[in-house]
Amino acid sequence: MITIYVPRDSAARSVGADEVAHRIAEWAVAEHVDLELVRNGSRGALWLEPLVEVQTPQGRIGYGPVTVDDVPGLIAADFFNGGDHPLRVGFVDDLPWLASQQRVTFARMGLFDPLDLESYRATGGLRGLTRALELGGDQAVAEVLASGLRGRGGAGFPAGIKWRTVLEASDATKYVVVNADEGDSGTFADRMLMEGDPFTLLEGMVIAGVTVGASEGIVYIRSEYPDAIATMRTAIDIARLDGWLGADVLGSGLAFDVRVAVGAGSYVCGEETAMLESLEGKRGMVRAKPPIPALAGLFGRPTLVHNVLTMAAVPGILAEGAGHYQALGVDRSRGTQVFQLAGNVAHGGIVERGFGLTLRELVEEYGGGTRSGRPVRAVQVGGPLGAYLPETAMDVSLDYESLVEVGGMLGHGGVVVFDDTVDMAAQARFAMAFCAAESCGKCTPCRIGSVRGVEVIDRIVAGVDRQDNLELLEDLCDTMTDGSLCAMGGLTPLPVRSALNHFTEDFHRNAEVSS
Amino acid sequence: MSGHAPWSASQAQVVLTALAPHQRLVLPALQVLQETFGYVPDESLDLIADTLNVTRAEVYGVLTYYHDLRRTPPPQTVIALCVAEACQAQGSRELVAAVEDAYGVRMGETNGDVEISEVFCLGDCALGPAAMINGRLRGRCTVDSVRAAVSA
Repeated sequence: MITIYVPRDSAARSVGADEVAHRIAEWAVAEHVDLELVRNGSRGALWLEPLVEVQTPQGRIGYGPVTVDDVPGLIAADFFNGGDHPLRVGFVDDLPWLASQQRVTFARMGLFDPLDLESYRATGGLRGLTRALELGGDQAVAEVLASGLRGRGGAGFPAGIKWRTVLEASDATKYVVVNADEGDSGTFADRMLMEGDPFTLLEGMVIAGVTVGASEGIVYIRSEYPDAIATMRTAIDIARLDGWLGADVLGSGLAFDVRVAVGAGSYVCGEETAMLESLEGKRGMVRAKPPIPALAGLFGRPTLVHNVLTMAAVPGILAEGAGHYQALGVDRSRGTQVFQLAGNVAHGGIVERGFGLTLRELVEEYGGGTRSGRPVRAVQVGGPLGAYLPETAMDVSLDYESLVEVGGMLGHGGVVVFDDTVDMAAQARFAMAFCAAESCGKCTPCRIGSVRGVEVIDRIVAGVDRQDNLELLEDLCDTMTDGSLCAMGGLTPLPVRSALNHFTEDFHRNAEVSS
Repeated sequence: MSGHAPWSASQAQVVLTALAPHQRLVLPALQVLQETFGYVPDESLDLIADTLNVTRAEVYGVLTYYHDLRRTPPPQTVIALCVAEACQAQGSRELVAAVEDAYGVRMGETNGDVEISEVFCLGDCALGPAAMINGRLRGRCTVDSVRAAVSA
């Protein structure tokens, strides 16, 4: 029997994994080979996708990136016994890129079929839930608090405090909502986790539900992620059949069920209150806080809202104990961050490490520099609302506070690399244009300011009354920062100003003219 | 895209009547109609408003808020190109121009057969430029691979 792994992750599928799997299956049938073809999650080494792995007695040997046309050559090279081939990358677990990571939230990623519940249990699955049920509400919340876990969606709010707030709320109806509206460009960890280890997210939700006293959970997934939607729905069905989701969670007498809600292509619905509005079926418009969602969230009820990565960290924290998680990271950024390396980078993918590695380590050592081979000029950290950092700022430590000190933010951990062909004035303009396209419209500085921002940047670049317009842009950025309810309008000035401050020359390419 | 029923008010009424309790909200109702018919015609607004006991204005407000919801039938081919930062870093601006030229259709427009639309991130940010072509995610796109995916 030969066991071959071909990922089912949608990024792998986007570059031909299905076709590769199909060709390998054709060969097995034609040659009467006893083949077990496993469609695993992705290991996160996306530049190697499709990464085909072969089980050998010594370990799993990888080949990648494999195209459908490579398959005959791999077969001729005896790849199912680990034979030599130009695409052979060796034992995948020993790749320095992977071996040097601290995979905690992504511990199971790529190891087996994501919907194989037996393998999930065999790798420690449901131990966290079992322990949470033994501990009960107060102690389970104490464990989350002690872990130092903070919200991975970008705000970095201490998770345990939210849990305690919802636990102590007296309402008979409470909700657990997972925000899987991962709209930041350069981020894909939520998607990969839902496609590659959905039971971990579900277990985190069940732990949250039984701990804070909620009986209904909802995962709000963006419509751009059809594979994640399908995988989560199937995982929910499997978990229900297995008795750890539904009317009587693991025989505890507690009820908790989960359903998937699908977004409709609105970036701002990744903001938690806009998401709650959307879940109520309305326009995804931001709410003023207070009241906080933990007290008055979905349909006015106490609601525990977490990002996918925050919730997916919970089962491990309960299973291994808070100290295990808290031991990783630096200062007030405890545990690991699932960094996503994207854009013009040679080795794009998932790098999970304790907080505190530097941006340079991430981009140069893990990322291998740019894919184009040209020098790195700018790195955007934290999505479309994050700052553009110049090459000279890349020694910053990647944690919540250090990034704020250099005028940036961690956001959801997405890192997008640009080479020296980038026009930073165009990137600043895009930040404003994106805000104009996606603003919910509630706050005037965001709704109108972003439109004016595009116009002002156009005038600056064209050289029209440049100094006056630069001052106007600063003023506009102040107004947006101070006068917007949420991060959409409030943080759009971050990429704009960082582009302007670090890459001033790009705004001065044209000769000045007077209007 | 294929697989959609032709618009029929009576079928729409059936679909709305069959909504699960948690779907008896404006956005899910619109999504279910779009899944069924491929779009949400204006004449369905009153049906939805009556079924959910909300105003027509509320339904219209939601319908026109979300990028995904469309008020006209989709053409045979829908090419959604990612135009967000990670794909920009990998040449999406050039790809958009090349695809526009190849089909003679501008971004956000349709020629009746092919529609080119922009999308902000498909979560394929390490393998860009990315596109969603007739509902299927494609990475490392070139104008040739987009053409091949359209005819696939």
